[in-house]
Amino acid sequence: MRARVFITPKKGVLDPQGKAIEHSLHALGFSEAHDVHLGKYVEVSLDGLDSTHARQRTDEMCRKLLANGVIEDYRFEIEE
Amino acid sequence: MRWGVVTFPGSNDDHDALYVVDHVLGADAVALWHKDRDLKGVDCVVLPGGFSYGDYLRCGAMARFSPVMESVTEFARAGGLVFGICNGFQVLCEAGLLPGALIRNRSLQFVCTRVHLRLEDTDTPFTCRCTRGELLTIPIKHGEGCYVADPSTLEQIEQNHQVILRYVDASGRATPDANPNGSLSNIAGIVNRQRNVFGLMPHPEHAAEKLLGGEDGLKLFQSVLAAYTEGARQGTTSVAPGH
Repeated sequence: MRARVFITPKKGVLDPQGKAIEHSLHALGFSEAHDVHLGKYVEVSLDGLDSTHARQRTDEMCRKLLANGVIEDYRFEIEE
Repeated sequence: MRWGVVTFPGSNDDHDALYVVDHVLGADAVALWHKDRDLKGVDCVVLPGGFSYGDYLRCGAMARFSPVMESVTEFARAGGLVFGICNGFQVLCEAGLLPGALIRNRSLQFVCTRVHLRLEDTDTPFTCRCTRGELLTIPIKHGEGCYVADPSTLEQIEQNHQVILRYVDASGRATPDANPNGSLSNIAGIVNRQRNVFGLMPHPEHAAEKLLGGEDGLKLFQSVLAAYTEGARQGTTSVAPGH
């Protein structure tokens, strides 16, 4: 079992890195690019869990450590 | 009065804080190790500047789970004084002992400069020897010091006078140009609701001697000492909790 966790800046929280990337994309001619946000991607292998427990445990990992709920949102996928 | 300064792997201003407490302030200073739960009977804990645990994941995110932080959290909840400088401020926010969070500077650049700060409130053990509205000049050096909080938290901390320091220009105005990192409302330092936990991005321990360019930071250390001495004289436990 493997969890793929995506962490992104919460809507409304300043994302200066996303803004800088957006400016660079525009400078390169990608004028269609907008609303760019930079996040984090974390992979975690999980031992001895069924998929329900894997979801619960991954959610707990996100809440306790992987994401900071004040500034970040998260979502994850469980790969069997 | 006995002060403890925590060393996490990656802390680099711990010895500077120990030096100021010991040599400049003239109080007892003991080093606390991140793996120890024992706070050695200190009256105030300093979480110093640096890059605890390499700032991996998020600044302060790992330090929050170190054994010493369990004791510091317990100490803070019991009313003990906790003074978080720079990385220490980030750790306190991650630990939920202070509201909000610190993110990458809006400029995306590391800033290392001397800033003007306006002292917003003296009703804390950390600022009781200062004057409301006075300007302090203290250095900053950080890449992730942009203070953010959701609108309702921001409104609450303003209402409760928890904002203690704001970045201002030389004449004391909190303008966008005087804001070195993009912090909301130019916030440089805050206390918790109970006013016993203080976090700030500037480095008062680097502005404690004339030789190093200024003594404004020392006022914060002197305030803590004065509050402690006053508390001990009156026999109150709010500022100097039993251990």
